Amino acid sequence: MIKLEQIHRDFQVGDQTVHALDDINLEITQGEYLSVMGPSGSGKSTLLNLIGMLDHATSGIYTLNGQNVTQMDEHQEAETRNRHIGFVFQAFHLIPRLTAAENIELPLVLAGMSPAERYQRVEQALKAMNLIERAHHKPDQLSGGQRQRVAIARATITEPAVLLADEPTGNLDQKSGQDVIDTLETLNKKGITLIVVTHDHHLGDRSHRSLKMVDGRIVSDRSHVQAET
Amino acid sequence: MIPADVFSYSWQSLKGYRARTLLMLLAMCISVASVLLLTALGEGARRYVNNEFASLGTNLVIVIPGRSETAGVGLNTMMGVTPRDLTLDDARALRRHHAVTRIAPLNIGAVEASWQNRKREVTVMGSTHELLDLRHWKLAAGQFLPQADWDRSSPVCVIGKKIRDELFGAQAALGQWLRLGENRYRVIGIMASEGRSIGVDVQEIVIIPVSSAQSLLNTPSLFRILIETKSRESMQKVIDFALDTIKQRHYGEEDVTVITQDAVLQTFDNILAALTYGVGGIAAISLAVAGILIMNVMLVAVSQRTTEIGLLKALGASRRKILLLILSEALLLSLLGAMLGFILGLAGSWGIRLALPELEAYPPLWAMLASLLVAIMTGLLFSLMPAARAAKLDAVSALQGGH
Ligand SMILES: Nc1ncnc2c1ncn2[C@@H]1O[C@H](COP(=O)(O)OP(=O)(O)O)[C@@H](O)[C@H]1O
Ligand SMILES: [Mg+2]
Repeated sequence: MIKLEQIHRDFQVGDQTVHALDDINLEITQGEYLSVMGPSGSGKSTLLNLIGMLDHATSGIYTLNGQNVTQMDEHQEAETRNRHIGFVFQAFHLIPRLTAAENIELPLVLAGMSPAERYQRVEQALKAMNLIERAHHKPDQLSGGQRQRVAIARATITEPAVLLADEPTGNLDQKSGQDVIDTLETLNKKGITLIVVTHDHHLGDRSHRSLKMVDGRIVSDRSHVQAET
Repeated sequence: MIPADVFSYSWQSLKGYRARTLLMLLAMCISVASVLLLTALGEGARRYVNNEFASLGTNLVIVIPGRSETAGVGLNTMMGVTPRDLTLDDARALRRHHAVTRIAPLNIGAVEASWQNRKREVTVMGSTHELLDLRHWKLAAGQFLPQADWDRSSPVCVIGKKIRDELFGAQAALGQWLRLGENRYRVIGIMASEGRSIGVDVQEIVIIPVSSAQSLLNTPSLFRILIETKSRESMQKVIDFALDTIKQRHYGEEDVTVITQDAVLQTFDNILAALTYGVGGIAAISLAVAGILIMNVMLVAVSQRTTEIGLLKALGASRRKILLLILSEALLLSLLGAMLGFILGLAGSWGIRLALPELEAYPPLWAMLASLLVAIMTGLLFSLMPAARAAKLDAVSALQGGH
């Protein structure tokens, strides 16, 4: 469903050109669980942003669900992001003045869904994320793990095909990190395509397929036998 | 996004940044309020002058001795500089026009009045029976000058309220003999009216028959001839007639000025209307200043919320949606500010009316509409730039804290 062909992403820094992505060729099928590892600055986030259409390739072709993303206009891109892609960030990025439920609701609000319909979906998501009691709390009243679960609920509320997580456990302690990983994996088992950028080798091993990046290139692409059944 | 959501999102973010919201509300509110207040004052002054003139009488044509140099109301005419006497016979000649319903020759002078041992300087006005209705005056007691031949003097007088109070005190004034200069006049009436008329306070005048005044003041010449015409339309005919007649009688010299109260009123009206527009315009400048403040604060708001805007983009907000959100926030702010300004402005003009009841200080409708419109326009206009900047933000760097 995701196909990257000869993708380059260059940044101009002063009079130097940084090749953040350097000839990336990658195909990801629906329902995969993919981890992306590699040293800092190797282009992992850039790759994720590009797949999530927050960023654009300098050259190359990106096809999502058979559609050539490179040719979409800004409005179509926004709509595709809204419907088909969910983001989870290391820094959570919850809006502080909104409650947990309101944060989760946001993509549906942007999509123009009616309040009644939204309410049902948000209730379900809160239940699934075990956040019912926290529904009306502001982010600063939540623990790190709870915040990230709110962010995951928000990323998946539109039932996207792809969930992109950039170091989702980077700001969390061991236990809540594990919680978050469990949550993500559960979602993957239900069919979502999960792409996780991580420094955690343990997590890398748990995924079905792991990429290793160095200097904007994919240096290894391994598929494992299912780590668990 | 559905409108209700746009509204609640804007509302939430206004609530989220209380200090800047209050600051901008204050700026908007003060400028809208000052537009309303200043125009209310101007409009009140205009109405006040209008009412004052209306109380002079209706369809009034005034003949003044002396030719005015300019077409309008010159200083000379206002001061009544006299090159040739205007006489009772002139007034009599003017009465012949069919459109003249009432006519009152007027004489004026200052003399000393006394009763028993009380004295004071008073303004003596010599006139005729018709003056009362012509000026829409009212009597408090007794009667006005008798309907008689203008040439017949008779020793009677009608006095203003203040004269009554000061010379007669608690005693009954009606029927008493008031001494004016060397002569004595029996008080036959007391004026009820207040206010000023051709520069004299009605409460402080003594009115006597015109021929009595001529001998008392020792002058045959009149100060004014007041003419009431049948209708507004006939005023011009009467003016032409008056000019012609007097010219004939004065051996071909047009040495009088004929004005209508409308002409004077129009002049004042124009001046005060211009003043109202002027102060309204000045106050509107403060709205523009508020607009610049809005722009600044919205720019800060956008940079404060860079990550939020990045997030919205990641969640699927297009540029247009971001633009819409920021603009509606500014619009909401302007509307709220304008509303508070309306409340403050209306309360303020109410306060003015309490303090100065004679001034009907209501803000005019055009000022209310214009200030609302200008508030909304400046709010939108000045937030276009910050909104466009927000919409253009690069999502990835915005999410990283924006650079
Ligand atoms: N907006 C940018 N401008 C300039 N250089 C950038 C920008 N974003 C990323 N880079 C560079 O691209 C490279 C890859 O960055 P990134 O994808 O964030 O790496 P990773 O997530 O693997 O740490 C780095 O060398 C980084 O400095
Ligand atoms: Mg990174």
